Amino acid sequence: MSTLRPLPRWADILLLPIINLALAFIVSGIVVFSIGQNPLAALEAIVGGAFGNGYNFGYTLYYSTNFIFTGLAVAVAAHAGLFNIGGNGQAYIAGLGVILVALPMQFMPWWLTFPVAILAGAAVGGFWAFIPGWLQAKRGSHVVITTIMFNFIAAAIMVYMVVNVLKPDGVMAPESAMIAPEGRMPKLGAFIPWFKNTDVNFTLLLALACLVGVYILIWHTRFGYAMRALGHNPTASNYAGMSNSRIIMIVMTLSGALAGMVAVNQVVGVQYRLVLDYVADAGFVGIAVALMGRNHPVGILFAALLFGALYQGGNELQYVIPGLSKEMVVVIQALVILFTGAMEGMFRPGLQRMFGLFAPAPKPDAPPAVAAKES
Amino acid sequence: MDLVIILSTLDATIRLSTPLLLACLAGLYSERAGVFDIGLEGKMLAAAFGAAAVAAVTNNVWLGLLAGVGVSLSTSALQGAAAITLKGNQLIAGVAINMLAAGLTTFLGIQWFAQGGRTPALTPDSRFGNMTLPFADELAGVPVLGQIYSELISGHNLLVYIAFLAVPITWFVLYRTRFGLRLRAVGENPKAVDTAGISVIALRYQAVLITGLLCGLAGAFFSIAQGSGFGNNMTAGKGFIALAALIFAKWKPVPAMFTCLLFGFLDALQIRLQNTDIFGVTVPVQAIQALPYILTVVLLAGFIGKAVGPKAGGVAYTKER
Repeated sequence: MSTLRPLPRWADILLLPIINLALAFIVSGIVVFSIGQNPLAALEAIVGGAFGNGYNFGYTLYYSTNFIFTGLAVAVAAHAGLFNIGGNGQAYIAGLGVILVALPMQFMPWWLTFPVAILAGAAVGGFWAFIPGWLQAKRGSHVVITTIMFNFIAAAIMVYMVVNVLKPDGVMAPESAMIAPEGRMPKLGAFIPWFKNTDVNFTLLLALACLVGVYILIWHTRFGYAMRALGHNPTASNYAGMSNSRIIMIVMTLSGALAGMVAVNQVVGVQYRLVLDYVADAGFVGIAVALMGRNHPVGILFAALLFGALYQGGNELQYVIPGLSKEMVVVIQALVILFTGAMEGMFRPGLQRMFGLFAPAPKPDAPPAVAAKES
Repeated sequence: MDLVIILSTLDATIRLSTPLLLACLAGLYSERAGVFDIGLEGKMLAAAFGAAAVAAVTNNVWLGLLAGVGVSLSTSALQGAAAITLKGNQLIAGVAINMLAAGLTTFLGIQWFAQGGRTPALTPDSRFGNMTLPFADELAGVPVLGQIYSELISGHNLLVYIAFLAVPITWFVLYRTRFGLRLRAVGENPKAVDTAGISVIALRYQAVLITGLLCGLAGAFFSIAQGSGFGNNMTAGKGFIALAALIFAKWKPVPAMFTCLLFGFLDALQIRLQNTDIFGVTVPVQAIQALPYILTVVLLAGFIGKAVGPKAGGVAYTKER
């Protein structure tokens, strides 16, 4: 087997994702075309619905806020070689922590509630990921399976808590009491009138701060180095004296805490109460975002914007073109995961060969080029 | 509880276990061959939609079944292409399949049938009816045994019997045939299989396609046997319970059956116990709903036995390095 030279960095982080994204769009376009609709009109409706005016863009940013958190959650775990598929459950159960501090503090100013809600969401979401992390580290249970199971356990707990504990008497809908206006996070529209009364709120700034924080953590701290070492080669990191099980537990907790920030956005930023299923599969979108963004905060920012735009555009799509439902967006998202995540091997070797044609041949005495992604 | 209530609960148990069992055995083939499959849910959902759509249009249950299995097989082929040929991440492939199925079934359903994602209700001709086994009516009068035979064993649809028949067949294939030996070997040590001159790729594709076949049956069960038509996300996480059952059963066919029966029983119990008190305590239904997942986590953690999966699971086979 001939060894292929690794791709240039820009091709790896930019060209490949764009090719895969284009492919996902083309296949989705074929689906739209095959049911007798015009794919270009659909694309136009999505783009218009996502960026058309301040109102649309505000909602795009609101969705992106959630996807930044879940994307970061997946990415942080991925750097340590862990696949946290439980973002949904962690984001969901974190709402419990958020509402339990937000309701008692509801008459205090929001800038007091906000940090406490962040801590509570991070603590509960982090705890929900810590258990699978602990089980992986100490008992050897596969973190993917346990986090899947924890998604379902979280869903059961939340239904019970909302319906049996948090729902005030006399309210029919399964939801908690409302947070008083004082305790609510201000919407960005209050400062930037262009956004009107859309759901984008201060939590967006928290998301941007998390992006920076994760970047510093992963590439500029001792712990970040340790977790990347674990991700690349657990045997080596162990041999180098790092405690793999400790890193796994901390990374999973961090990952869950990041996913838990979705609850802050949803509960104190948008809905002002705890409702059922508010996560709306944002945890799974996070997988697509992290894959697309190559687990790098900058990539995640753009990927989250892209998916935020797709979700908001998809909502508008059904009003512009009757017959095309917003599930189209789920299809696009699935195809992005398929092409960038699972079928990455489709274009990489071809691209590597193509770049190999232009690259100078390695000198015979040079160390052999690293073989293409093999594991 | 008297016999009638017990029998009706057990009857519901069998019905609720069937899709779990089919999906669980489906996953067993794939995972025993070293391909992790968290896409059972998506394949079932896609199959349920395909089966209901074709059965509704053609008014023929067999064409519906064929379509369901066909959809599931092609989904499996796609997953195989990603996870086996392109050596992509098997878990991510599964996530993509689940999401693709959830999106496409709703999207196409709304577009084709314009009923908010539902397929038209099926006529009795276009779904599997309940079968009465020989002598079931005659024996119904016989106390206990006759009642058990006529109430519990007789009176299910064809797919239920197929599911329970698939257990001994799977056991036989896995432990008594050359194919089964190779299948198990390829999940434990693909290199050894390769060295013996047997194609790892071909074996894994065969396994994944069997998974597709069984998921197709499971999906068809939802829409054209138990239900009469497809509804949005009608598999409702059963694919993941099946996955849990597979782990709980330690990837073995006979324990898989008992685990699926246990999880099916919990489901039946949960429906029966809605808002009833046991010894003065109201057991929250959510606790029973979550029990299969909790049990699986506890087992995985090694607190009650130990579940160790096929050694080579999750890793694509690379012939040379």
